[in-house]
Amino acid sequence: MGVQQLSVFLENKAGRLSEVTGILSEAGINIRALSLADTSDFGVLRLIVDQGEKALDALKFNGFSVAITDVVAVQVDDRPGGLHRILGLLHEARINVEYMYAFVHQSGRHAVMIFRFDRPKDAVDLLQKNGIRMIEGDALYRM
Amino acid sequence: MIFDMEFETLPREALEAIQLRRLRATLERVYATVPFYKERFDAAGIHPNDFRSLSDLQHIPFTTKQDLRDNYPYGMFAVPLENVVRIHASSGTTGKPTVVGYTARDIQMWAGLMARALSAGGATRQDIIHNAYGYGLFTGGLGVHYGAERLGASVIPVSGGNTRRQITIMKDFKPTILTATPSYALHLSEVAQEMGVSFADLSFRYGIFGAEPWSENMREEIQQKLNLKAIDIYGLSEVLGPGVSVECYQAQSGLHIQEDHFIAEIIDPHTGKVLPFGHTGELVFTSITKEAFPVIRYRTRDITTLDPSPCICGRTFVRMQKVSGRTDDMLIIRGVNVFPSQIESVLMQIDGLSPHYQLVVDRVENLDTLTVMVEIGETLFSDEVKALQGLEKNISYRIKEELGVTAKVRLVEPKTIARSQGKAVRVIDNRKI
Repeated sequence: MGVQQLSVFLENKAGRLSEVTGILSEAGINIRALSLADTSDFGVLRLIVDQGEKALDALKFNGFSVAITDVVAVQVDDRPGGLHRILGLLHEARINVEYMYAFVHQSGRHAVMIFRFDRPKDAVDLLQKNGIRMIEGDALYRM
Repeated sequence: MIFDMEFETLPREALEAIQLRRLRATLERVYATVPFYKERFDAAGIHPNDFRSLSDLQHIPFTTKQDLRDNYPYGMFAVPLENVVRIHASSGTTGKPTVVGYTARDIQMWAGLMARALSAGGATRQDIIHNAYGYGLFTGGLGVHYGAERLGASVIPVSGGNTRRQITIMKDFKPTILTATPSYALHLSEVAQEMGVSFADLSFRYGIFGAEPWSENMREEIQQKLNLKAIDIYGLSEVLGPGVSVECYQAQSGLHIQEDHFIAEIIDPHTGKVLPFGHTGELVFTSITKEAFPVIRYRTRDITTLDPSPCICGRTFVRMQKVSGRTDDMLIIRGVNVFPSQIESVLMQIDGLSPHYQLVVDRVENLDTLTVMVEIGETLFSDEVKALQGLEKNISYRIKEELGVTAKVRLVEPKTIARSQGKAVRVIDNRKI
């Protein structure tokens, strides 16, 4: 069920983000989803791309600190209460969401949200049991 | 006023006779009581009995901070511990402090020298001294305190910190002399301004400032903002503490070294050769009256020049210029001695941390700030912001624990810390001092 996300350490300096997008563009890599968490000094750029290995190599080659994290892509009903239902289930099971962000594309009549859980296995089991669909990495990278 | 007219105005010849007598007695004593000095003298083929004139001093080996560290904590003491009545300490190069001791007579002598120094800086027994140097292991607070009492002035032992309360005390108690680090003096002026208090309405006449380097520009700023005459005082715990040398308020030009207690030399820091008066080099001190912790040719790492010309105040002691720099990489941050190697050893204790770091020192609103930039490598990088912030906090906490200095830690991208010819630039000091 795993989706691989790249995280990149960025200092809060002008032009750093565009440097990353430049490297990826040159390597012919397509960004599927992206989120930036920042503090006053630094940020962590989280990316899902179509060719993870290649992106990892290109960023490392250019001196960036990059980590690979397993995240979960969840289909969310595109209607009021869709996300709320999922978060309610997680809350009851005491699974924490470390962070989440939206995927660029829609999957049919669903939105796709990327989740980072503190207990990913439990979260996946829970969501499956409740009939909530998740999207495999391979499918997601090609969406 | 000259506190000790007899000694402070001695003609050179008489002064040198006293120095020679005291030096010989000190050398004999350290040879007999401190194994470190006996070994050093023996290795150099020198015996205290061979000592004839002051110029023989140049043949005696130097003592360095490393030597003091190697003999931590009491190895350099020249008296049994039962005769020591006070212990002070300052930070060393690897987290181990330098420990110094004083006998009851040392404390009395020190109080006398500080009374002289405060007098030279304009204080009299009529004055009220607001002493904002820290009281504790640091020699500043207690050094000034005992000197003020010896002088017969009234001393307010306010110590450092709690700045708003200090301003209130200044308003109500009407102190006439301020003793503090120069950066804290400027900080006081800013807090006073915030509180709507003008130094022009306070009662200060003189400020006696030391324990960190400061420039003539900073003196002008202090004099203008604090509405007092600013006097420079110098000392280091290894040699005594505050009171080794001080400016006179008449000239405010060079610090008179208390030469009946300390012999000063200027050496070429590379060759170790003694340089004549007027040449710039590293200041070296030999104490000639201390009982518990005498030092022989101690290399201070401070760079200055000695000026023997007569002074308008009447003192005959040679004057050292304001210290212009250091021969090592020691930083003084809010009065705390910090060596980059100390920070490095803290960083190295954290698994996975890259050995690349840089210290950035700034002066923000007249207080020194230390930022430690650390490159974040693969091992410790996390996709979670709170984990990275936790890492910053952890490093900062450990630095505070080991060095006693507050540092802001900033994670930076790999390979972004400037390297010159393969060697990292460890310190960027943006303070204009």
